[in-house]
Amino acid sequence: MKKFMNKAESMVAESLEGFVLANERLVMFGSDRKFVRRRHLVPGKVAIISGGGAGHEPLHVGFVGQGMLDAACTGHIFTSPTPDQIIAAIEETDTGAGCLLIVKNYDGDVMNFEMAAETLAGRHRIEIVIVSDDAAAYGAARSSGRRGVAGTLIVEKVLGAAAEAGVGLVDLKQLGERLGKQIRTIGVALGGVTVPDTARATFLLEPDEMEVGVGIHGEPGVSRQRLADADAIAAMLCDTILADQGMRNAGVPALLLVNGFGGTPTPELYLIYNVARRLIEARGIRIVRSLVGTYVTSLDMAGLSVTLSFLDDETLRLWDAPVLTAALR
Amino acid sequence: MQTDRTLILGLIETCREVIAAHADHLCELDRAIGDGDHGTNMRRGCDAVYVDRDRLSGMPLAQALEKIGLTLVMNIGGASGPLYGTLLIEMGRKLGSNAHKTNFAAIVGEAIDAVARRGRSQEGDKTLLDVLYPVHTEMVRQSALVRIADTAKESAQLTAGMRAMRGRASFLGDRSIGHVDPGASSCALLATAICHYLKEYRPA
Repeated sequence: MKKFMNKAESMVAESLEGFVLANERLVMFGSDRKFVRRRHLVPGKVAIISGGGAGHEPLHVGFVGQGMLDAACTGHIFTSPTPDQIIAAIEETDTGAGCLLIVKNYDGDVMNFEMAAETLAGRHRIEIVIVSDDAAAYGAARSSGRRGVAGTLIVEKVLGAAAEAGVGLVDLKQLGERLGKQIRTIGVALGGVTVPDTARATFLLEPDEMEVGVGIHGEPGVSRQRLADADAIAAMLCDTILADQGMRNAGVPALLLVNGFGGTPTPELYLIYNVARRLIEARGIRIVRSLVGTYVTSLDMAGLSVTLSFLDDETLRLWDAPVLTAALR
Repeated sequence: MQTDRTLILGLIETCREVIAAHADHLCELDRAIGDGDHGTNMRRGCDAVYVDRDRLSGMPLAQALEKIGLTLVMNIGGASGPLYGTLLIEMGRKLGSNAHKTNFAAIVGEAIDAVARRGRSQEGDKTLLDVLYPVHTEMVRQSALVRIADTAKESAQLTAGMRAMRGRASFLGDRSIGHVDPGASSCALLATAICHYLKEYRPA
């Protein structure tokens, strides 16, 4: 394993320090460096807080700033942040209008955010929006529901813009839940990831294999398949999304996000975007907004995800609203 | 309180040692059906408790259990932090409010139920509950410590036959079958180590 690092234990902290320095006009550390917050809070605005394990950057810290998040809590690599971090973030960024927590649907993340919210119940108004956009089919073998993956970016952008526009806590939660139902994502990997702590790949693939239905923690996906050409992979990904109930709204405007997992070059992302857009439009769905890039990552994983999100007038307007963060502006 | 001090210190050291000795193995188990960091995370939690051992061992047992639980929650992260943390926090709280009662098994049972609620999980989901519930059953039967330890080990092995319903392993569906659950494994290691310690500490 070759990594730019000193010690695995201090890697996340050292990287966050660099992130805050590089973006010092937008962000700063919160108390005890437990979280990264917007430099200038807006009094009377609902605070939008998210977080998760490290290794998904630029998610979530890269989306702290005007029009998106007020604070982001980062855990160890692929490990949820702890309740004390989330509690500190709420206490420091809730300016009186309450606080909305955006949580990816992983059991660890949900439990830690819930414990933080329970601890502060009565002292802060807190709502939680759980993002679960993964379209990979688990069948009956899973009771935790869908994972929250790249679609989280869309939820953070839209809810962040709504909060900035003065929307209240209860309405934000409703908007988040409505939007969440309109987003589906499917991921594919060409290799496992190397977690610095263990210095070993999470799973190994033969040169002619790919892993379909992966999440963003290097965990194996739903099935291992023979590697195909880009047209066939894009078709398989789009078919999976469009086969999902509620994802067949012909004529409805939609956002198409092709997201790299950290180890796939940008040209390949655009190549897949090109195929995916044609395939989806051939099904009568109008792609009116697009985003292509490396936003929600799984360390150095070679692979990508395709996200389709239907938009209505309100969510389209909020997607277009101004944003000034390290990773999206 | 002198008894509590020795007991608390002994348990903290015992748990830390067994996790440190098996951390790599726990990571290996986790790599098969998760992201491979269960041993690392558990070790971080146990180390944090160990660092605080002098303060913790000065507390009454109930309070120490609650504080150890909080320390685990604030240091482990992921799913294991809230689950192990909830177990100890609830045990401490229940013990604190029922100090006059001696039915420790009932207290443990209530704490395990709290873990199940926290994880929205039940027996058979391939989690640490699949060790906790059988261990609790043996405690209710007032089985010998050796028997409880054996049950913990056997129960962890049995998770290999289960399909994961919660946590990251559940994304694998049927592919999770055949692997021992890392959380159940760490739970069995801890239970076994605690039984062995108690046997030496309080020969009965």
